[in-house]
Amino acid sequence: MATVSTERGALTHPDVHRFEDVNRDVLKILGAPGKGWWALFALAATGVGVFFGAWGWQLYRGIGVSGLNQPVGWGVYITSFVFWVGIAHSGTLISAILFLFRAPWRQSIYRAAEAMTVFAVMTAGLFPLIHIGRLWHAYWLVPYPNSRFLWPNFKSPLVWDVFAITTYFTVSAVFFFLGTVPDLAAARDRATGLRKKLYQVISLGWRGTDRQWHHFGKAYIFLAALATPLVLSVHSVVSWDFAVSIVPGWHATIFAPYFVAGAIYSGIAMVITLVVPLRKVFGLEAYLTVKHFDAMAKLCLVTSLIVLYAYLSEFFLAWYSGEEIERTSFWNRLFGTYWWATWIMLVCNGMVPVMLWFRRVRYSIPALFVISIFVNIGMWFERYVIVVTSLHHEYEPFAWGIYRPSVIEMSILLGSFCWFGFWFLLFTRLLPPVAIQELKEVMPAPLRRQPRQPDPQEAAP
Amino acid sequence: MSVAAGQGILASYEYLDSTVDAIERLRKAGFDDVRAYTPYPDHHIEHALGYGQSPVRVWTLVGGLTGTATGFAFTTWTSVDWPLVVGGKPIVSIPAYVVIAFELTVLFGALATVIGLFVLSRLPSVKPAVIYDPEFSAGRYGVYVEATPERLDEARRILREQEPVEIREGGAAHA
Repeated sequence: MATVSTERGALTHPDVHRFEDVNRDVLKILGAPGKGWWALFALAATGVGVFFGAWGWQLYRGIGVSGLNQPVGWGVYITSFVFWVGIAHSGTLISAILFLFRAPWRQSIYRAAEAMTVFAVMTAGLFPLIHIGRLWHAYWLVPYPNSRFLWPNFKSPLVWDVFAITTYFTVSAVFFFLGTVPDLAAARDRATGLRKKLYQVISLGWRGTDRQWHHFGKAYIFLAALATPLVLSVHSVVSWDFAVSIVPGWHATIFAPYFVAGAIYSGIAMVITLVVPLRKVFGLEAYLTVKHFDAMAKLCLVTSLIVLYAYLSEFFLAWYSGEEIERTSFWNRLFGTYWWATWIMLVCNGMVPVMLWFRRVRYSIPALFVISIFVNIGMWFERYVIVVTSLHHEYEPFAWGIYRPSVIEMSILLGSFCWFGFWFLLFTRLLPPVAIQELKEVMPAPLRRQPRQPDPQEAAP
Repeated sequence: MSVAAGQGILASYEYLDSTVDAIERLRKAGFDDVRAYTPYPDHHIEHALGYGQSPVRVWTLVGGLTGTATGFAFTTWTSVDWPLVVGGKPIVSIPAYVVIAFELTVLFGALATVIGLFVLSRLPSVKPAVIYDPEFSAGRYGVYVEATPERLDEARRILREQEPVEIREGGAAHA
């Protein structure tokens, strides 16, 4: 007699009882989209048009149509690059790191978070290409044997970045796709017509056999184990783009952990921003309960504290170092030309999340949605502060200057949100946005024999 | 698989414990070619089928180490091939190359893992599966066994004992 215990469930989805219900509830999302979806999709598609239109204009006229000039050579483009890479990170945190830590609340949000990762890296990856101006020279970043016998300078953080970002995109796309394969098979088994053909191809002929699951499970663990240090390395490398230089305000050893914490913080906020409407529109209340939002809010709170600590220690060390230029640089951040950006950053990232200490706020989904928007804005401005205020006020007073983003730069920034939204909207209709197979893993399995009564002491969390 | 003249029986079950019992009894009775279909990975079933470690780990390790070696070798070779002093640093600056080597470790390791998975679990498989039930991706468990004609009755009896929802018999065809 096999003794099969199924106490592993119980903690996550009290209103979902049968495995078939999961397939029904998730796969119905893949049906014909409603008017609201088409309206959003049209908006996103228009924004994508604006994005490529503005970029095309910049390619035609030259980088001069942006506000970039001496001394501020890095502006909205690099700010947005760091912002979008940061957004990507919490997707990998939820899908890989929380998987390794066996946090069961990740199951219902990780698919959406992982999709967010892939699309955010796709968005981020465009910004260096926009920023370099002469797009037709972008391939120079790639090491390849050429007639000039030149190789990239591997001592440069910018080349490390090329490797970090391409690796990150490849690995997270593979991880994302692999995780969806069993669910695509589930979609295939219920679809008809053209969609069935599509899912037949992209589900790779998955049958859910013991052999497939056995190797799949192990491969998934190893991919998660590889993605975990990867995600920490990517934002560290991004931070070294700054920290390896000697610009005051950039040259700090705190940068790598500070950037990683900030990345996860902004990414969790973005997950909340995306998942709240997803839950409402597709009726996923049974799968995304307030407990899930509570867990995300706690993660947001923890990372906000790390980020606030990093801000304060930066200011403290600038003062404590006694270094005139460092001190001036940070004084200039708080009270100089760009004081407003710094204060937006401090209020949105340091003060607004204080509300997350209160249980009532963490359990209120509208409140979390609003806070998440504040954090998104604050984290964009954090990168703006780091990039622009440091550059505009460097060592020599004659080389100080002011940077104003141009209309083209702002169009590309706004367009990048549409580009991201465009892919995310397609994702909600083509791939199961909630992981069917993984939800079943945390549900109690159906048993013919009544399970023995769970020991109350054993079942206690 | 080696049973050329074998015939396949597929039983689908509603309950996990019935499935595990059916697999265990079949294996105890000496049927070696038992396969299971499940809507999610279940360790009870893996245990009943007697799975050990998956060789995917070897692919990950070899891929990762190849990546590390490639990262260091490539950066060192290109630096020597174009010896340019940058920032007063040595031509071959190992600390800087750790980043490249690390990224390539992860990249090669991940890609090798996926290739290993595809090879070991025979994906992608384009052949339409004769023995399959769309319910296996929803909520049902399947047990498939191949038996020689003389042992067919015995296999059928063991599968029936656990009250399957459905039993199908067909040729020896499965991926």
